[in-house]
Amino acid sequence: MTTRDVPLGTVQIGICSGHVNYPLYIRSVPTQGELKFHYTVHTSLDVVEEKISGVGKALGDQRELYLGLLYPTEDYKVYGYVTNSKVKFVIVVDSSNTSLRDNEIRSMFRKLHNSFTDVMCNPFYNPGDPIQSKAFDSIVSAMMVQAC
Amino acid sequence: MEWRRSYGRAPKMIYLEANFVQFKEELLPKEGNKALLTFPFLHIYWTDCCDTEVYKASVKEDMQRWQGVLRLHGSVDWLIVVVESDNKKKNKTNILPRTSIVDKIRNDFCNKQSDRCVALSDPLKESSRSQESWSSFLTKLRTLLLMSFTRNLGRFEDEMRTLREKRTEPGWSFCDYFMVQEELAFVFEMLQQFEDALVQYDELDALFTQYVLNFGAGDGANWLGSFCQPVRSWNGLLLRRPIDMEKRDLIQRGEASLLDLRSYLFSRQCTLLIFLQRPWEVTARALELLHNCVQELRLLEVSVVSGALDCWVFLSCLEVLHRIEGCCDRSQLEANFSHTVGLWTYATEKLKSLGDLCGLVSENGPNSEDLNKTVDLLAGLGAERPETANSLQSPYKKLKEALSSVEAFEKHYLELSHAAMEMYRAIGRLRSARLVGKSLAEFYMRKGDPQSAENFLLDSLKSYVSESWSLPLTHTRKQIAECQKQLQKMDEYPSHISDHIYLQTSALLASDANLSDEERKHFCQEILTFASQTAESKGQQKDPCVALSMSSFTQLHELRFRPASALVHVGAVLQLELHLCSLMPVPVRVEQLAASVHFAGEQPGTTAQKRAAQNPDGTVTFPAASPVSASPALELCEIQEHSPSDNALNTAGVVCKNMHLLMRRHDSTTSLDTPITAPSALAMDDGAQMLKAHDVTLLPGNNSIVFTAPSQKPGTYTLRQLCATVGRVQFVLPHIYPVVQYEVYSQEPQLTIQPLTENLLAGLPQQVKFTILTGHYTVKKGDALQLSNTDSMPVLHSSKCTARILSSTGELVGESALSIQSSEKVTSISLPLTPPYHTLEFLLDVLCHIPSSPARVESEHLTNGQISHRARSRARFNSGMAIIDQKVVFSQQCVFSVWELRWSGVPPVSLQCVFLASFAPADAPDTALKPYSYEFAVERVSTLYSVRAEIRPAAGEQHCRTGTLCRLEVSLTRLTEPNDTDRSDEEFSETEGLRTSRLMYEVIDNHSNWAVCGKSSGVVSMPVAAMATHKVQMEIMPLFAGQLPFPNIRVFKYLPHHASVVIQPDTDSCLENDSLSVLDKALEDQADTASLRSRGSVQSLGEQQPRGVPMPKRQAFGPGQVFNGTQGRQVLVLPGTDHHVLEVNVT
Repeated sequence: MTTRDVPLGTVQIGICSGHVNYPLYIRSVPTQGELKFHYTVHTSLDVVEEKISGVGKALGDQRELYLGLLYPTEDYKVYGYVTNSKVKFVIVVDSSNTSLRDNEIRSMFRKLHNSFTDVMCNPFYNPGDPIQSKAFDSIVSAMMVQAC
Repeated sequence: MEWRRSYGRAPKMIYLEANFVQFKEELLPKEGNKALLTFPFLHIYWTDCCDTEVYKASVKEDMQRWQGVLRLHGSVDWLIVVVESDNKKKNKTNILPRTSIVDKIRNDFCNKQSDRCVALSDPLKESSRSQESWSSFLTKLRTLLLMSFTRNLGRFEDEMRTLREKRTEPGWSFCDYFMVQEELAFVFEMLQQFEDALVQYDELDALFTQYVLNFGAGDGANWLGSFCQPVRSWNGLLLRRPIDMEKRDLIQRGEASLLDLRSYLFSRQCTLLIFLQRPWEVTARALELLHNCVQELRLLEVSVVSGALDCWVFLSCLEVLHRIEGCCDRSQLEANFSHTVGLWTYATEKLKSLGDLCGLVSENGPNSEDLNKTVDLLAGLGAERPETANSLQSPYKKLKEALSSVEAFEKHYLELSHAAMEMYRAIGRLRSARLVGKSLAEFYMRKGDPQSAENFLLDSLKSYVSESWSLPLTHTRKQIAECQKQLQKMDEYPSHISDHIYLQTSALLASDANLSDEERKHFCQEILTFASQTAESKGQQKDPCVALSMSSFTQLHELRFRPASALVHVGAVLQLELHLCSLMPVPVRVEQLAASVHFAGEQPGTTAQKRAAQNPDGTVTFPAASPVSASPALELCEIQEHSPSDNALNTAGVVCKNMHLLMRRHDSTTSLDTPITAPSALAMDDGAQMLKAHDVTLLPGNNSIVFTAPSQKPGTYTLRQLCATVGRVQFVLPHIYPVVQYEVYSQEPQLTIQPLTENLLAGLPQQVKFTILTGHYTVKKGDALQLSNTDSMPVLHSSKCTARILSSTGELVGESALSIQSSEKVTSISLPLTPPYHTLEFLLDVLCHIPSSPARVESEHLTNGQISHRARSRARFNSGMAIIDQKVVFSQQCVFSVWELRWSGVPPVSLQCVFLASFAPADAPDTALKPYSYEFAVERVSTLYSVRAEIRPAAGEQHCRTGTLCRLEVSLTRLTEPNDTDRSDEEFSETEGLRTSRLMYEVIDNHSNWAVCGKSSGVVSMPVAAMATHKVQMEIMPLFAGQLPFPNIRVFKYLPHHASVVIQPDTDSCLENDSLSVLDKALEDQADTASLRSRGSVQSLGEQQPRGVPMPKRQAFGPGQVFNGTQGRQVLVLPGTDHHVLEVNVT
């Protein structure tokens, strides 16, 4: 598939802590629509929570962490992922970004989760603090560049 | 009818409907016909000919022609039905009965397929034969029809696939292909295989989507051009008809626009899904479709009138919702809000943007340009469809009405928004509900109704605060500020409340790091402007001060006490240095920064647990909680509980100190942070005491402010609140946490006298340290310390005596010489000038006397024994005069009295003494003194004998070895010649002119380390002369290796019975040993009981032995009379050469 000049896709990654739902890490490329993204990610937590409770009821010990497409909007697709400790990952991509299918998103989440685990393993990291790890940052940046 | 299909597809029950059509040659399908629904599947030739002649003449020919035509068209599906009638048969019975017409036909036409010909007998009669023939005919008909159907369907599908494979060829038309595949879908639908029918549409959908995507990626297909025509009609989805023939015709003609195609496709999918009873999939797909269409039109760069898509989406959303509502009951709908709410929200959004576009939201209403747009948009809607034209409510009518006027728009918009919010709330998606609420608030703001807007904004603010989403929080707060500013102008509330609310929000915004500097300065300026306004300028105002929360203004970092102990005496200077971080973007001049102080009078005993939060270096660090933080961090501290009796650790644990904050319900946590706090809650307590700092300019960032703390009264001072006053605005911190306390104490003067050494020794001049804590008392000129003299401890006069004056912190303030005047009774020390709360230290030489009284042997009474007195007690110190009462003795206190006894002649062996004292309790000195007497004996002890022993290895060996005999040499030495006093208790015997005393020795090993070989005890005669030595040798064998202690060697006096013959006592004799051991035991017990023991008692004990038994006796020496040199000695024993058993004993 040859590429045409597709308007630069937008990817946003948000991570929210377990029960309190405050943001641990939010990053968006490009940054101009940041506020809207924050709203989007925040709102998507509704669906994440709905799905978590739904999964718990229906499929007991299912180990699937990927929640799939949370909800589509006219401009964005919002995907969710939740760790076993109920840390929520949200990826928002431009609807026009067709190169990112379910599988790509899934692997992005997995990569994100691995990196997140590394951050958590850092003994100097205080759980619940916003993530400021440079390593994590660079991995996220790489992922976003790849995705766009 | 069961239908088996190729490609291993599962058999299904289907319902196949067939029409009977009269055969015409034109109806036979020509090459390339794609119609499957009208396809002739089975050709049936009906004949009622029962006459052979007729058959041969005409029918056969006709049949042959018919078959020829069929073959020409490649159709192999045919059936010949012969209707037999008994009536006819009866008439012509002569005709070949054997070969019926049926057989003939079979012969002629069905050479191999005999089942292609069926006879139907007497169809109109109700006989069993006719019924049988009917059923066999119908079975056959069904089978053949299905066979043909399957074959043709398969062929059709193959053709379709071929056609699809050609899609890359130029000239391929999607529309044509669409029609073909839809035909298949129709067939499946006809068979009631809705699932399969849906698959066909989904395939078409996917194919089309892929083309659009490819087009977007630059790989355009020609046929797609027709879909790129500008959108001229946006009348939304139409889901009420099973098949929208108008649109289908458009597609068939290749004139459909993208929206037409999508609409048509979706309407078909929707119909099938509803057949399948999956309405919730319809809503999900609808949302996806609408989003997708918007995206695709954007991607294909189709020109669309602005707002047209909004109309289309809005109409479509409502149409889908109506369709779903039409097929579900209410409870079902309510249970599935989560599926429909997306469409509601989408419709709301679209209506809002339409409203914006057409100028229906602004306060002034639409202008002419807006009206033009509205007209254009309405034109694109076209006429209302006939299905809904007569109903009162339809999406079409709704949109038309909403766009017609400002009021109608508002009505519809609010209706939709509230519906969406209700649904979100119902399914627990509160955040989404609040987001809708926020856009509703924006609407209200534009309508100039800030009051309605505020509630929605505050609601959503709450959730952002509780989850600390800073960016949305800032944005929402900014909106609130704008809203509140309008409210302020509108004078809806009493002005001081609206002022307060607005200023609080402004303060929060001014300190918000997410905002740009300009914005922050703007909000800061709002506060400062308000603050500088005088009360008059706003008219008459009763309460000109506005109290705001300090958390938005500054952040406390640290508070440092100087001195660090936070403990000063009355009147001393205590400074508090407060480090705080100003969050304002500009320097703010604070007229007064005051901390109210709570004063609690001195309560003895409470000081132990105070100031847990204060570090030893006198600082209190405030937790760096940002005002938006949702929950405070855990504050854990370790506790240990010791048992009161022996101070042993009872429990240890970890305690959460701020549990009351953490365990609070989450809803209520926001109450602290919400800007709308009633002004009264932040009111400053009018504490009696205040720490104040005036005219401080707080620069952005860190500042440090020094307070001087009041310390007029003794007690505990707790900092409660902090208040910064800027003009009319006060920033109040209602609680200072952690607790900040300092203490002020007041002290009575104290004198402490302490010897430099642990105990004072009698007879030597020694130094005693006098320490005077002045307390609150100022030592004035002429004040003197008076000590009443005692004979036993006179203060020695020393010329050079200087006092050191120390401040309360231990710094040396000065030194000054003391002048000491001694009279007979009193020593007076004039003290230098000393300010209060200082310490005076000086050393004095004292001498402890033991009063020299002549030894009165006759009375043997000692009087006046007090000498040394450790003045641990606090002596009373009143106006510079001290009286030391030496005779106060506290419980558990030891008082030492020293006597010296001198002997003029030979000291007695034992001296009986009595200690007599009279005492009275200190609290009741008037009562008669009680006597106390204690009897004791002073014994003279001199060592008479010394015992030494050596263990030597066997000859030729260096070390002792286990299992080998060693030599033990015991030497007993008399140390002194017994004098006369001793004679009484020692038996001497004269042998060969030499005076000897007899001693018995015994070697016992209590630890089984040694085996004594041969005699272990014996009696020796000691010459009565100093340094007379007697040596005894015996053999012992070590049983273990290692450093073994020497065996015990005990020496006794040996008292042979005078009357009896001297018998060498056999120590191995059980009898004697037993009797001896009894005595021994008694003696040992006695020895343990008292250290001071009169000799007489020993003697009397010895005399208790029955005299009648003529037995030699042994008697133990008194303590100290025998020196045993072997005690504690060890000898190295190596393991024996025999290594079979290796035991090592470590002692």
